[in-house]
Amino acid sequence: MREMANELVEYRHLLLMLTWRDIKLRYKQSVMGFLWAIFMPLLIVGAGILVRFAYSLSSSQQMSMTDLASVSLKSLPWAFFVSAIKFSTNSLVGNSNLVTKIYFPREVLPTAAVLASLFDAAIASSVIVVVLIFAKIGISIYVLWMPVLLLLTLIFTVAAALFLSCANLFFRDVKYLVDALLTFGIFFTPVFYEARMLGKWAPLVLLNPLGTLLEAMSDVVVRHHAPSYPWLLYAACWAIPGLLISWRIFERAEASFAELV
Amino acid sequence: MGEVALEFDHVWKKFRKGEVHDSLRDLIPALTRSLLSHNDEQKLHEREFWALEDVSFQVKRGEAFGVIGANGAGKSTTLKLLSRILQPNRGTITTYGRLSALIEVGAGFHPDLTGRENVYLNGAILGMTRQEVARKFDEIVAFAGIGDFIDTPVKRYSSGMYARLGFSVAAHVDPAVLLVDEVLSVGDMQFQQKCLERMRGIVRQGVTVVFVSHNLQAVQMLCNRVLYLKGGQIASLGTTSEVLSEYLSKASASSASRYDTLIDKVILADAEGHPRAEFAPGDNATLRLTIFPSEPIQECLLGFLILRATDGMPVCDYNIPLRFAGPLTPDGRGPVSLAIDLDMNLLRGTYAVSLHIYHSQTARFLSRADRVANFFVNETISWQGVSHVNPRIHLRSPVPGAKES
Repeated sequence: MREMANELVEYRHLLLMLTWRDIKLRYKQSVMGFLWAIFMPLLIVGAGILVRFAYSLSSSQQMSMTDLASVSLKSLPWAFFVSAIKFSTNSLVGNSNLVTKIYFPREVLPTAAVLASLFDAAIASSVIVVVLIFAKIGISIYVLWMPVLLLLTLIFTVAAALFLSCANLFFRDVKYLVDALLTFGIFFTPVFYEARMLGKWAPLVLLNPLGTLLEAMSDVVVRHHAPSYPWLLYAACWAIPGLLISWRIFERAEASFAELV
Repeated sequence: MGEVALEFDHVWKKFRKGEVHDSLRDLIPALTRSLLSHNDEQKLHEREFWALEDVSFQVKRGEAFGVIGANGAGKSTTLKLLSRILQPNRGTITTYGRLSALIEVGAGFHPDLTGRENVYLNGAILGMTRQEVARKFDEIVAFAGIGDFIDTPVKRYSSGMYARLGFSVAAHVDPAVLLVDEVLSVGDMQFQQKCLERMRGIVRQGVTVVFVSHNLQAVQMLCNRVLYLKGGQIASLGTTSEVLSEYLSKASASSASRYDTLIDKVILADAEGHPRAEFAPGDNATLRLTIFPSEPIQECLLGFLILRATDGMPVCDYNIPLRFAGPLTPDGRGPVSLAIDLDMNLLRGTYAVSLHIYHSQTARFLSRADRVANFFVNETISWQGVSHVNPRIHLRSPVPGAKES
């Protein structure tokens, strides 16, 4: 753990430069530039509102502002997770010229991909904040949970990014698997819907740690009550030991990266 | 001085031929196989080969160490092991101090980024901080000679500009140990010369340099010691002159003659007649040779060439008539023994002698013998060049012509 931190501190310049490179590259030669960072979450919000509208029609319940706020809030971390995983899965293979030619801790590559997506999410979050204010959902003390929830989401994403980028280096199948999972993952994650809408089956979607975290965010920001602590603990168990384990796997596999990439 | 900067201790490295299982479908049989047969890292398996076998050497602090050998001899593998890109299967590698490796010029450049952005990025990859790059930025750009193009994406650069910028960044890193793989082959002659000057400057500053190259002249100019690899094993390790002449004589030994007249038993000896390969500038030497003529050679010219072996530059090329007062041999037939006396007015370098017999009336070669003798000249008086003109300096004061006032 300490070794990990040391390495990150030593190579922080490189990490920042690579993050900055990924951000720049994403919007090179594009007319809209950083507006694309807002586009993806907005699309998800739009789709979510449509789904909720259809649901309200069929169940003859009025669609509330709370629903709209909840969908908007949850779509942002989801968009971040999708883009971070998509970019980082390919980060080692896509930078094979670096991997085979220059030595540096390879953890930097998937981590930089995640951080570049985080930058996008930060831009988009300004829009979401505006939506939340517009929806007049108010604020409560529970919003202080938000930094913890965001940090856990970030840690979980980095853990998945390290594992998947490394797995993709050995087996290119991983890329296709990840693409499929990310496309359909939105149905297995409570983004468009709330876990409680599933009634007694709710724990099923909460088993997905990302689902737990999204629900908790919706709880503390939109519904103004404390998150479910057991489930939060469950998500933390995925994130923190998950990071340690996938880092360990990554370090072990690192030696053979240059040969097998 | 004398302190070890890099150490290779009985290093073995194997690679695999053919494709590695790349998808899940291939993985399952591979896994079962490796479970059934105990996978031993240190032994060779099917389709594997040793890229390096039991290689050991040390590089001292401040030394310029060359690595030469044919393609596939393990030079780049050695460098990648030193820079920790690869891990050895057996043996240990120890490095002391900040190490910067230049395995390929412009590795890590991204085509869509501008020259400026790539300089910062590549600097970070090579271990520099942003401030360090910012401080050296103007110097880097000036050295590369990129000028106004620095804000153009590098994908629009010519390959020469790309390579120049790549070298320039790497040459400004200031490491304790610099590993360089065949980078002087980029750019035009002028830039190559500039690179070489820069490398010498780095060596002079006391940076330990490991230099892999096919440019033997550059190796000769830069390195104190050289490792000659052949098929993954050490063929020879020692001072630059020794190793280079061994490498060059091995490289030329295989050329067989297709002429009827043979030139044989070529021996280079010193003034006392002892065979020798090492000379000092101004030494007297004798080249002894025997010709086995297939026809009378009185009408012929003996071609006598000296080349700089490292780059093939002709140092001299004489055509000496084989006309003597008496008969060549007592009975006018059979082998002819000759001796050529010469003065070694040459500077430091590795040289080769080529001989031929040319029949001028029919305009054909009766025999050719390329690089039949190799020798090297050692001295510490010159910086570069080939010809020893022996300059001597005198003080002439008072200045002639200057009037005493």
